[in-house]
Amino acid sequence: MIKIDNLHKSFGKLEVLKGINTAIKDGEVVAIIGPSGSGKSTFLRCLNLLERPTMGQIWIGDSEVTDNKTNIMKVRENVGMVFQHFHLFPHKTVLGNLTYAPMKVKGLSKAEAESQGRELLKKVGLSDKENEYPNRLSGGQKQRVAIARALAMNPEVMLFDEPTSALDPEMVKEVLEVMKSLAHTGMTMAIVTHEMGFAREVADRVLFLDGGNLLENTAPEEFFTNPKSQRARDFLEKVL
Amino acid sequence: MNLDFERIMPSLPFILEGIPMTLQVVAAAALLGFVLGTILSLLKISRIKPLNWLADFYTSIFRGTPLVLQLMLIYFGSPQVFGVQIEAYTAAFLSFGLNSAAYISEIIRGGILAVDKGQQEAALALGVPYRSMMTNIILPQALKNILPALMNEFISLTKESAVVTVIGLSDIMRRSYIVGGETYKFFEPILFAGLIYYVMVMILTLIGKAIERRMRRSD
Ligand SMILES: Nc1ncnc2c1ncn2[C@@H]1O[C@H](COP(=O)(O)OP(=O)(O)O)[C@@H](O)[C@H]1O
Ligand SMILES: [Mg+2]
Repeated sequence: MIKIDNLHKSFGKLEVLKGINTAIKDGEVVAIIGPSGSGKSTFLRCLNLLERPTMGQIWIGDSEVTDNKTNIMKVRENVGMVFQHFHLFPHKTVLGNLTYAPMKVKGLSKAEAESQGRELLKKVGLSDKENEYPNRLSGGQKQRVAIARALAMNPEVMLFDEPTSALDPEMVKEVLEVMKSLAHTGMTMAIVTHEMGFAREVADRVLFLDGGNLLENTAPEEFFTNPKSQRARDFLEKVL
Repeated sequence: MNLDFERIMPSLPFILEGIPMTLQVVAAAALLGFVLGTILSLLKISRIKPLNWLADFYTSIFRGTPLVLQLMLIYFGSPQVFGVQIEAYTAAFLSFGLNSAAYISEIIRGGILAVDKGQQEAALALGVPYRSMMTNIILPQALKNILPALMNEFISLTKESAVVTVIGLSDIMRRSYIVGGETYKFFEPILFAGLIYYVMVMILTLIGKAIERRMRRSD
């Protein structure tokens, strides 16, 4: 369970998050939607402390991640993140990308890490690519490797920041399929996305952010058919 | 132009014997320069301001004064500073190493900053500690990008090592000069020394290209 209480974040004078309150239950899939610049990425990045909140509290499981005494590294081990631009390690092979952190951070042996890595590659349909370097992969393949790399740490929560926004249209589906099957395994997921169809189909709940405020926090059906705020109505009009 | 290599022929082995000395100075200096340069580059990108200042100050000193002056300061100053006269060899590799650390730190700093910021974020998001992130993720990528610049630095180190002749270390340069003095013919031995330097630099260049090819495997 993730609990977010009065989360504020400013960059200098610019207040990007203006007091977000919500919770994400175990196994829940939450889609985060909103116009560009509304603070979606910042919100997500606060959850694994890639950004330090200026105010407010975040709990993941039993630990308050915003507490200075909490070991951030331990939190991050437990929270996987997938980026828009993949950020695979270009000097490591696909399998090397999957084994590096488990060996380095969790102390898995090479053999353990590799067998786990191969298992994950099978799940994302890339078993034949384990010895390739990332630059030889298509965008969709890169993103599937990135998902597998995050899963290799056995996280309890997965964060996705526009995982399909940098992909050619024909590759969006293969990545969404992987995410969908991950959702079916009961993984807790927070997904920033512009794929409205996916959000509607897969998410349990939609968070609509606008100007740093959480304007809607509701079931997808409700959000897409009957949004409360004018901002959400305007936004949906543009994107649907 | 009349060249007379006959006269200096017997002395050529004597000049060639300077190669190990030159190589030793260059290798030790390159190692020192690389290790210290890496540390300095990490200080330069540190978030702790005094560390930035320290590293920048170091760099400005070694870039702001002539190499031959640094060499002479270390060699002739050692009795007053350390109380003992250090050997010419030690003074040579120390001054070259300390000097090239200044240049190498700038090269590596640039290389680190050129690595996509996302690499750091990806590593941090996986719970990888700063130190491992630097040594396993950021530095290898930085080094790959700056390899040509580093190779240049090592090449110039090889050539500049000839200034050790001013403190009497018997490297290639010094020996060719000695042969010149003994045979009253300077042109030929120094020309020969030039050939040796040129061949060494060519070999270094080839090694650099080979390493670069190896590192480009992931492209
Ligand atoms: N590191 C940063 N420094 C300064 N401003 C930032 C930084 N990160 C994001 N911002 C600003 O915060 C606002 C929200 O950004 P972001 O969370 O990336 O929005 P979104 O992901 O919804 O497009 C934007 O105005 C952006 O320019
Ligand atoms: Mg964003």
